[in-house]
Amino acid sequence: MSNPPDAVAITVFAALFGFVTLLGFFAGRWRRGDLNLLSEWGLGGRRFGTVVTWFLLGGDLYTAYTFIAVPALLFGAGATGFFAVPYTILVYPLLFIVYPRLWSVAKAKGYVTAADFVRGRFGNGTLALAIAVTGIVATMPYIALQLVGMEVVIAGLGINMSPTLPIIGVVHDLPLLIAFTVLALYTYNSGLRAPAMIAVVKDFLLYATVIGAVIIIPAELGGFAKIFAAVDAKTLILAPATAANLGPQSAYATLALGSTLALFLYPHAVTGLLSSSSRHVVRRNAVALPAYSFALGLIALLGYMAVASGVKNMPQFAAGFKTFGNQYAVPALFLHSFPGWFVGIAFAAIAIGALVPAAIMSIACANLFTRNIYREYLDPDCSPGREAQVAKIVSLVVKLGALVFIIALPSAYAIQFQLLGGIIIIQTAPAVLLGLYTSKLNPWALLMGWMAGMASGTWMAWANAFKVSIYPLHILGVIVPCYAAVSSLILNLVVSLVFSWLFNAVLRTPPSDATAESDYA
Amino acid sequence: MAGRRRVRLYHLLLLVPFVALWVPLYNRVEPSFAGIPFFYWYQMAWIVITVVLILIVYRFDRRSGGGS
Repeated sequence: MSNPPDAVAITVFAALFGFVTLLGFFAGRWRRGDLNLLSEWGLGGRRFGTVVTWFLLGGDLYTAYTFIAVPALLFGAGATGFFAVPYTILVYPLLFIVYPRLWSVAKAKGYVTAADFVRGRFGNGTLALAIAVTGIVATMPYIALQLVGMEVVIAGLGINMSPTLPIIGVVHDLPLLIAFTVLALYTYNSGLRAPAMIAVVKDFLLYATVIGAVIIIPAELGGFAKIFAAVDAKTLILAPATAANLGPQSAYATLALGSTLALFLYPHAVTGLLSSSSRHVVRRNAVALPAYSFALGLIALLGYMAVASGVKNMPQFAAGFKTFGNQYAVPALFLHSFPGWFVGIAFAAIAIGALVPAAIMSIACANLFTRNIYREYLDPDCSPGREAQVAKIVSLVVKLGALVFIIALPSAYAIQFQLLGGIIIIQTAPAVLLGLYTSKLNPWALLMGWMAGMASGTWMAWANAFKVSIYPLHILGVIVPCYAAVSSLILNLVVSLVFSWLFNAVLRTPPSDATAESDYA
Repeated sequence: MAGRRRVRLYHLLLLVPFVALWVPLYNRVEPSFAGIPFFYWYQMAWIVITVVLILIVYRFDRRSGGGS
């Protein structure tokens, strides 16, 4: 038996969803630009200031899936799930120092993607293609996962996911189909301006939910001491390291570090960054974005509140937990603790929170395909109007792919592919991040490093049956559990550096660098 | 900006969070704060401290000429 539908919650949810849909279409007229140019459609004309960029990147990086999955991890596994906090701290010193350089060179040279930059910096189309394909492959399952977040809350509302319609018959996942059609249409119409505008609404809902949740729920449960007391003492902190095995602590540290390095390499993060109006906007956002990290930390603790509230054993939530596993913990907690209208707001925050990154991710994939595959290999002489048109169509195709993925396959596959996504996107770090500081690396060496990293990372994930991303290394007789993204990146770096040195010493090919140091300042 | 990038000493402040978030430093329950174990409130506190550190570097950069 599942929880009964709540008319008030559904009404509030539907009203908010309808409102952002209108906003999405209206956004095309905002700060009007020629949407037949890729930099206008796909980067909002590089005109977003500090505040809009804050909303856009906040909605882009802290996705609906994050807000479902992180507390679910604490709910199921305890302290390990909290790695999201150190990760979303450490990413900001990195953003502050390194990424203004990417913004500057992209502005100076008209780059729209990270692969554009690599193409210019190293003058090698094959390396740029590898970077572009890595980005697309890593992002596609991420889009699909946003749908999982949406699916969980729609099911939580008690809406029938597969209603019988007159004439057509039973339609599976109808609410998802509607939500995604709407999303696809306004993204096509308005480009990056749509998620930027919707992100503002979503954030008001999100912060209202977080503030409400951390005031109401601990009061209902008798305070934080009682909440933490309900958590299994063995998982409340990480198990201690032993002489033979560093255990969960090294897993925690490498997960945080690897995720830090990977985050701004994702195409949707690059798209968000490059849409800002100056390098100073990027730097100011490194100061302002941690507000979301704080919200994420509080949301993570909802996982423990769900444990303390005992929703897992309540009969009305049994069906939800059976279908969605621990991902149902937060929706169940909200349904249990909040009045109907506030459930509507909270669930709308999550569902709309899925629309923002899904739109940006599909735009980012479209930018990559258009710039680095279509224009590079298929139609080098295409007009700017044609380029923007191709990007718009690709954004539709990408979302359709994600929808088919989620409807045709169990959601466990999307989660596994996304796990692999983190491991493969980090392999672009040597070319992109080191590339921001030097052009002396040899592109073929970088490509060899990329291959070594891709192969070893995928192999480690495969050896774990794609279920966990922690692979135990054996170093001098000590077992060191390590995030596969980090260990494979180290191999990638070693190969890239050693072969760069070798190729440069033997071949002495001069670097083919289209950028100058002044482009980075 | 005369060609070379200048690395200034105060930029090292940005490395402090990487040291402070070394796991064995905070993998404990006590001292708890308002019922929240050390492990959790310590990491949450570092969100705020990191913001302050980045802000300090940002201010110094502006004072010494428009940023790096």
